[in-house]
Amino acid sequence: MTAEAQKAAEEAQEKATVSPEAEAPKPVNVGKIKTILAANEGARMRMWLSICSRCGLCADSCFFYLANDKDPKLSPAYKAINTIGKMYKAKGEVSREFLEECKEVVWGQCTACRRCSMYCPFGIDIATMIATGRAVCYSQGIVPDGLARTTENIRTTGNQMAMATEDWIETCDWMAEEYGEEVHGLEIPIDKQGADYMYTVNPREPMYYPQDVGMAAEIFHIAGLNWTMPSTGWDSTNLAMFAGDRAVATIPVKAMYDKALELGVKAIVITECGHAFRSAKFEGPYWVGIPGGEPPVPVIHSVELFRDIMREGKIKLKHKFEHKVTYQDPCNVSRNGGLWDIGRELVNLLCDDFVDMTPNREHNHCCGGGGGFIPMGPPYKRRRMASGKIKAEQIRATGATHVIVPCHNCFDQINDLNKEYDLKVKVVSFKEIITEIMEIPESMIPPEEDEQEAVLAEEEAKREVEEGAMEEAGEVQES
Amino acid sequence: MAMDKLYEFLTGPALWIAVIIFVGGLAIRVAWLFGLSQERDKPWHDFKSAVWAWRSIIHWVLPWASVSSRNQPGFTGAVWVFHICWIGVPLFLGAHNMLFEQAWGWSLPSLPDAVADWASMVVIACGVFFLVRRLARPEVRILTSAWDYTLVLLALAPFVTGWLAFNQYGPYGLMLNLHIFLSEVLLIVLPFSKLAHMVLFFASRSAIGYEFGTRRGARVW
Ligand code: HEM
Ligand code: HEM
Ligand code: SF4
Ligand code: SF4
Ligand code: SF4
Repeated sequence: MTAEAQKAAEEAQEKATVSPEAEAPKPVNVGKIKTILAANEGARMRMWLSICSRCGLCADSCFFYLANDKDPKLSPAYKAINTIGKMYKAKGEVSREFLEECKEVVWGQCTACRRCSMYCPFGIDIATMIATGRAVCYSQGIVPDGLARTTENIRTTGNQMAMATEDWIETCDWMAEEYGEEVHGLEIPIDKQGADYMYTVNPREPMYYPQDVGMAAEIFHIAGLNWTMPSTGWDSTNLAMFAGDRAVATIPVKAMYDKALELGVKAIVITECGHAFRSAKFEGPYWVGIPGGEPPVPVIHSVELFRDIMREGKIKLKHKFEHKVTYQDPCNVSRNGGLWDIGRELVNLLCDDFVDMTPNREHNHCCGGGGGFIPMGPPYKRRRMASGKIKAEQIRATGATHVIVPCHNCFDQINDLNKEYDLKVKVVSFKEIITEIMEIPESMIPPEEDEQEAVLAEEEAKREVEEGAMEEAGEVQES
Repeated sequence: MAMDKLYEFLTGPALWIAVIIFVGGLAIRVAWLFGLSQERDKPWHDFKSAVWAWRSIIHWVLPWASVSSRNQPGFTGAVWVFHICWIGVPLFLGAHNMLFEQAWGWSLPSLPDAVADWASMVVIACGVFFLVRRLARPEVRILTSAWDYTLVLLALAPFVTGWLAFNQYGPYGLMLNLHIFLSEVLLIVLPFSKLAHMVLFFASRSAIGYEFGTRRGARVW
């Protein structure tokens, strides 16, 4: 903190203690707010704040606005002007009550999906402004509990679910064993020096859906990739990014980059998760302070790797997926990741009957589960369901029976929407589809005499995994 | 006569001041923002691309070239016509060019007066439409402050007064002075208001073009 900021902070504290309504439990640390506002007050922020022509064109681009009877208070410009705009106008001298109101807007009415930026004549990046608003609120301890908890986990353990390294490695070993009974010779190499790909996951995979780890291993093994799981830096998700804590957001990204450099891998692969990709590939380099803004090791999303595997014929299919599918463009994979065409290519390599949603690709609507919404948990669930109406209608209109979703947050959201809006669809990841219809090469079919046993073991494995997941399902779902 | 004295002042020192503030204000603002961006807007500089800047800009300069502008075709069509006429009329107006000629000995080609006169009415009509739209659409009304209404009126003021003067409606001397005065007020306010978008538009569009286009291949239109 600068001396000036310090002084301002002290002054603010003083003011708060002498003021008659000092019953407010914690005063606002104005100095800290000023520091955050100043750090983010670049040329773009200044332009955005001053040239918005108040034309309202952005309103129709935002699913919160569309899903809630076009409430004018949900237009992107309104949300930005009345949170971060007011903070700058007041030069950081804001009250706790005001910040509490802002909290409901910056977390409860925006998923940082960035669709509105494409619909504004000046290309104003509302989501980036909202992110600064989040950072200000967070600095005063004003943040949804779910995000506070996960951020604390990252700070103390390096991953959002506070999973111990031994447990992570144990899960990998367990999955290697289970899936080794299905695919002969399958291993999950840990920290393999000189591997081509370092695969990183979302902690909810080892915690609640270990089969995701197993399925990825199956795919990589059959495709003959030289890959590894890292023992540290394996969590590529980043909820601190959505909480607005840049310092903590840097921790997992740095751990991941460091590990990749240490192992000398050619690329970091991100599991089927949207915001993890955004964090690792686009935001991370700036937090870590890498000149040029590119990660030190190329970062690729599973969708890209799976597409390459399928296109190069490294995995043969028994047949194509028989159901009518549609594809959810996760904002952080498509619009904010640039992979909408690759996603579609992969869908077409795997499925015969594909119908797109409208709108789609970079214009697709957010599912409503992004920006930290899912881990924000029950207090925000009603809102999440209400604003997800747009996505639900998009899905229903396709008439598909299966929705392919390469993002954990979208996955949970669309599963919830499925129940809420009775969509009668099945939500699947690419991993699930690939492992369901792929052909296991003869050399990898477990030896003849063990066949009976293997089949039994496989069933056993599936059951165990499912039971494991069921047991945990009672707990809070974080992703 | 007071009007003549006023006219002399308005077309003399006041005009100089207005033009200097207008040009200087915009230039300083752009230079200052550019300096600031070197330090605080790294992504803007890291992913520069002439192609993406151009694509991002041209799709919002041409009418109905973006999905968003096609969502409200009437409004965005009016915005386009408004801007063309707003910039075109004062530059190619016969009366203005006579003044350019007197002042610097050179001038731009002139539009036929009748055309300029009609174009002025188009600007005024579009402006009235913007005001009505601002009041009529809840999502726009809620965003609009008194200052936003004022700026639309200020942008229209030279056209209303110029048109009245040209057509000799009302007291000519007063209208002309009012025309020049309000035009100067506009020139002075412009660089420090949201109307500075006449130059910053290109900067902010390039920034979003790089962020979405260079980095992700996404089209921001
Ligand atoms: C600041 C210095 C300016 C001066 C000295 C000036 C002077 C004049 C004069 C002498 C006329 C002609 C009136 C007549 O025909 O008798 C005129 C008309 C007009 N001026 Fe200006 N003007 C100025 C700025 C502007 C600006 C900034 C705009 C617009 C952005 C503008 C827009 C017009 C229009 C629209 C007309 C009337 C056109 C028509 O209806 O035929 N003027 N101005
Ligand atoms: C090359 C220069 C310029 C460009 C590219 C430009 C571009 C734009 C754009 C993209 C918009 C938003 C359109 C919308 O609301 O949908 C806009 C609005 C507007 N512009 Fe410009 N502009 C330019 C110059 C000017 C100038 C010189 C003025 C004069 C004062 C002006 C006055 C306005 C006004 C008043 C609006 C708002 C209309 C409303 O109330 O909705 N613009 N401009
Ligand atoms: S970023 Fe997405 S959710 Fe946020 S205001 Fe824009 S369109 Fe709405
Ligand atoms: S579209 Fe852009 S300029 Fe228009 S109100 Fe929204 S943010 Fe402001
Ligand atoms: S949850 Fe999915 S659709 Fe929604 S912001 Fe994330 S990536 Fe976007």
